[in-house]
Amino acid sequence: MSQSFVLDGKGIPFEDGQTILQAAGNAGVFIPHLCFHPEFKPHGSCKLCTVKVNGRHTASCTMRAMPGMVVESNTEELNGERRALTQMLFVEGNHFCPSCEKSGNCQLQATAYHLGMMSPHFDHFFPNRAVDASHPEFLLDFNRCILCSLCVRASRDVDGKNVFALSGRGIKTHLIVNAKSGRLADTDFSLADKAASVCPVGVILRKRQGFAVPIGERRFDKAPIEASAKEA
Amino acid sequence: MHAQGVAGVVDRVAARYRRDPTCMVQILREIQEACDWISPEAIDRLQATLGLPRTKVEGVAGFYSFFYLNPRGRYRILFSDNITDRMLGSKALIDRLCNSLWVELGKVSEDGLVSVAQTACTGLCDQGPALLVNNYAIGGLTPQRIDEIAELIRSRTPLPEWPAEYFRVEDNIRRTDILLGSELTPGDALRAARARAPDEGLMASNMRSWREGLPTGLGGPVAVLDEIKRANLRGRGGAGFITGLKWEACRNAPLKAGQQRIVVCNADEGEPGTFKDRVLLNTYPDLVFEGMTVAAYAVGATRGFVYLRGEYRYLLDRLNAVLAERRRANLLGADILGNPGADFDIEIHVGAGAYVCGEESALIESLEGKRGTPRNRPPFPVTNGYLDQPTIVNNVETFAAAAMIALKGGDWYAGIGTKHSAGTKILSVSGDCERPGIYEYPFGVSVRQVLHDCGARDTQAVQVSGPSGICVAADEFDRIIGFEDIPTAGAFTVFDHSRDMFEVARNYVHFFQHESCGFCTPCRVGTSLLKNLMDKLHNGAGSPYDFAEIENLNRLLQSMSHCGLGHTACNPVLDTIAKFRPAYEKHMIHSEFTPAFDLDRELAEARQMTGRDDAGAHLASVHGGRA
Repeated sequence: MSQSFVLDGKGIPFEDGQTILQAAGNAGVFIPHLCFHPEFKPHGSCKLCTVKVNGRHTASCTMRAMPGMVVESNTEELNGERRALTQMLFVEGNHFCPSCEKSGNCQLQATAYHLGMMSPHFDHFFPNRAVDASHPEFLLDFNRCILCSLCVRASRDVDGKNVFALSGRGIKTHLIVNAKSGRLADTDFSLADKAASVCPVGVILRKRQGFAVPIGERRFDKAPIEASAKEA
Repeated sequence: MHAQGVAGVVDRVAARYRRDPTCMVQILREIQEACDWISPEAIDRLQATLGLPRTKVEGVAGFYSFFYLNPRGRYRILFSDNITDRMLGSKALIDRLCNSLWVELGKVSEDGLVSVAQTACTGLCDQGPALLVNNYAIGGLTPQRIDEIAELIRSRTPLPEWPAEYFRVEDNIRRTDILLGSELTPGDALRAARARAPDEGLMASNMRSWREGLPTGLGGPVAVLDEIKRANLRGRGGAGFITGLKWEACRNAPLKAGQQRIVVCNADEGEPGTFKDRVLLNTYPDLVFEGMTVAAYAVGATRGFVYLRGEYRYLLDRLNAVLAERRRANLLGADILGNPGADFDIEIHVGAGAYVCGEESALIESLEGKRGTPRNRPPFPVTNGYLDQPTIVNNVETFAAAAMIALKGGDWYAGIGTKHSAGTKILSVSGDCERPGIYEYPFGVSVRQVLHDCGARDTQAVQVSGPSGICVAADEFDRIIGFEDIPTAGAFTVFDHSRDMFEVARNYVHFFQHESCGFCTPCRVGTSLLKNLMDKLHNGAGSPYDFAEIENLNRLLQSMSHCGLGHTACNPVLDTIAKFRPAYEKHMIHSEFTPAFDLDRELAEARQMTGRDDAGAHLASVHGGRA
């Protein structure tokens, strides 16, 4: 741990191969992120974790830390850009927090609070996305999907199943499941799957568990998302 | 086609590609060519045959515009929707065909026979308006030709029986120089490369090549590399990276056991307004293949690919024939020209309608049979490219130039053009001019000179290098084409004073929205938001607020996007705002914010359903804008 870089004026030690996001997390410095998960290979798609390295924008989840880097993260400019990305994710899907079972446990919602997002700002797209309630144990509410691909990676890399994948392109990119019918019930998805518990928002939900933990006593009700820096 | 027939097609196609999942895009293309679409039954069979999960097949098929997971008819018409097609009256032709065939744009006819839709620029800007029918190009459309096409479809005439002249694509070469004027005898550049004696100090590098099992020949690959560097050749795809450095990095990249070096020719010429690679491949294929072989010789590569855009599908058979001829002449294959260990061959992969695959790492993903999503970089393709092997990706024109450099030497080449931009550039000229087509100039030519040569009059602006390039206004026409001033991949689209530059920018914004790969948030959502705002201005509901929003979005896309597509998606807007602000102000007819929602426009569907468009079917428009 003799190497270090500078993050917002503070020295951050790192080990060879660590990314900026990982090293910052180890040092207790929170960088907002949605598609990153410590157990999976970084994806670099949500761009929430973008920082400035020596003046250039780059995703901190994929950028390896190098000695002597000068990194900006918690600045008005970057947080403003992150807020705009979060607003984009909100208007792209259909996110109605008050009626969502994931409220209080949702990383998108918690990130929006962290960034001081007071409105969606942009015009809503109101996409028409059907809910898949076919599976006996699980509900898929695609309205909330932010295309982070964590379920894709979990199912493929941990569960060895490939239950989920992204299809389509551009604004029509969407999550699909591994069945000719397109229904989750016709896949080998199961409760024990890593993919069943990895969704950062409210797409993959256990049935009959709704509001088992009351609103107000949930994860991000107790501590804001920035308190979870070490988990990165 | 019944299920057994589909299974037979899938098995035949998959077998031809050795059941290799990296050939997925090629397999899907051939299945669709045989079956008209990629049915769930075809995917059933394919997942079993290739041993892949269904999600993988559907994920790839769903990415590319030219793959259909729903029936799209026996005749699939795609009108090119570049701004030049619109300027040549494509809209009226689309309406004419749709009315004639009783089909709605974007949909399939009631009888399932035909679909009509639009696609990004098909590379026939000098002979538009153009369309693709089942991915075969037809240019020079006229109302009469449209009526004939409608009749051929109605009579269910098979495509091979359509008149051959429909499918004739002209080269329209207007000015030639060292590339288009060359008369290379196939093999001469390779012979010259092999004969090059290494300079002092290069012998050590050649010994290193030998130790690593790279072909050395009489002169040596390093001598060729040296010529390329001396020529000061820079990439012709637009970015202008120094070719010699790229090749050297690939050559020096360590190989793991079982790996080989790869040469890829980027013929995914998707930038709207560019069509010079089509001409190079159509008429100068040996020059391009020879350049690739020279590159392979220099870097020690044994496998090559041409990634040919789907819109140029019609070139495939001819190009394969040229490759076969080169194999017969021992210009490809094992021990090329009798040079022991000089093994190299080229295969052609055809794209399927995805502009983003012109980005080199997305192109490599597509070559590997995946969704064309740009990779996280570093690592770069020169060390970790195709199947994690050292790979160079160069533009078609770069390889053509490399062949000439191998033949005539780096000093000869460096003496052409300007100090910072050696050699020539092939421009694809289209738009408002008398002689659209292909013009090859030494670097350093002024915009004004090109305009003069192509017979452009009353020119308002030139979009150089397509939507991701720059928009040049009249007071800048003395600027020059070259890396030191206006770099370009080759598009040169001319607009006279009758054109609304706001509408030009709006067409380009629609293009980027359609072509965004959807991987990163800023580009996926931002290009759609930008499109909506430009449409809002177009619809007459714009205000200074929207203008500020457009500028904010542009900044966000530039700073946060994953790849060049997102970074440049705002260029046409930023440029036209800076240079043609009155064109925007004309559309900002409100001083206060006005909602985009327009009740009268929302009733368009009701009007369509009732077949009415009279005054009584309209509300008095709030904005006074177009309904």
